[in-house]
Amino acid sequence: MAATKVTQADFEEKVLKSDVPVLVDFWADWCGPCKMLSPIINEIADEAKGFKVMSCDADENPDILERYGIRAIPTLIVFKNGDAIHQSTGFIPKEQVLKLLED
Amino acid sequence: MYDVIIVGAGTAGLSAAIYTVRSGKSALVLEATSYGGQIINTPDIENYPGIAHISGFDFATGLYNQAKDLGAEVKFERVISITDAASANADTSASAHEAIATPTKKQIDVDITANSSEVSAASNKKQAGVETEAAGNGKFKLVKTSGGEYTAKAVILATGAKNRPLGLPNEQALVGKGVSYCATCDGMFFRKKAVAVNGGGNTAVEDAAFLANYCSKVYIIHRRDTFRADAAEVERLRAKENVEFVLNSTVTKLNADTSGLTSIDVTNKTTGEVRNLPVAGLFVAIGQAPDNSAFSNVAKLDPKGYIEAGEDLKTGTEGIFTAGDCRTKAVRQLTTAASDGAVAALAACHYIDSLTV
Repeated sequence: MAATKVTQADFEEKVLKSDVPVLVDFWADWCGPCKMLSPIINEIADEAKGFKVMSCDADENPDILERYGIRAIPTLIVFKNGDAIHQSTGFIPKEQVLKLLED
Repeated sequence: MYDVIIVGAGTAGLSAAIYTVRSGKSALVLEATSYGGQIINTPDIENYPGIAHISGFDFATGLYNQAKDLGAEVKFERVISITDAASANADTSASAHEAIATPTKKQIDVDITANSSEVSAASNKKQAGVETEAAGNGKFKLVKTSGGEYTAKAVILATGAKNRPLGLPNEQALVGKGVSYCATCDGMFFRKKAVAVNGGGNTAVEDAAFLANYCSKVYIIHRRDTFRADAAEVERLRAKENVEFVLNSTVTKLNADTSGLTSIDVTNKTTGEVRNLPVAGLFVAIGQAPDNSAFSNVAKLDPKGYIEAGEDLKTGTEGIFTAGDCRTKAVRQLTTAASDGAVAALAACHYIDSLTV
């Protein structure tokens, strides 16, 4: 299993209205560091307890990028009760991704 | 105990790993972040001999898998220090990781081929005096990392280089929020916006030309009035209507709100005049810098921090070699990084073999 795909069409419903925290991975096909991060994100998705993991294609969803001021990828954002509470840009190892989810 | 520990899993480090394991020696590669090094940010490689076109990610992943499949071990841990194994604190034997081999000169002669030269901490302490006399040839290396401790007969430093930051106070906090070191990576997020590029080399001029294709305005800021970049490229850039040259100037302040960068202050070095440029993005292209400060005890660094080494890739410390962009050299390319990896690995293997005869 992998991270669930999310687009600007269903972002509100899947992410902002989620009753548990959601980790969203913003990535693109042409981005090397994104491709390195993807397997880690999928691993975390498989092991996720008490939160959800989703992936959002940066090329196809410019509105969301604009809305959250994303100016580089890969970017990871943790959403809780509709708010972006943690954000990280660039490749980070699995432990650091999990740290973003800690509170 | 490994034969060779390689610090860094970029092109030089992974190439060194391939040559080490194919020489019948064991190799451990230690990497602080992700494998691949600088090349993973390059979308298209078109100058690697024998490969007409490949992406940086595919190249790095291919190299990583090749090294692993051949038997190299890779651990994602940051190297903190390298010391002679025998001079390390004996109490470190409590480490949760690998058993620490701390052989003395005498035991190297006996045990090195059997690869069983582990001695107890007590014996290490007892024979410390002997070890001091035997300084130099035959000393094993103790490598401490964020995750544990390892010993090796030889170490190859392939720590690479990173994009050099401006050194402004809030610069790191704004990475990903307007400050970028890679126009081809992040440029698309600044479509129809004003951006600035800082630098005077080929990278800066190419970045500015690339960004001018879809940003509303591109300022190119350079501390001199002449460019190191190819004159033809500079002229081509001058011809673009949405590009403005801001010369004899440096970026002195980054202004931001909660969403990220909003403008930059640029100071003219001759007049002292400060100008505010409203930009959403600043692309820093002022060259590369190494990070070898943790290794100054085992390798001589030049004033810029690069490891001083000639084409034989010896550092001046017995058993410590270097490879790739982290060392003093004239050309830093993918091919020269791979080439360094091979030369350093074979030099390290030759050195290890010389310990046993």
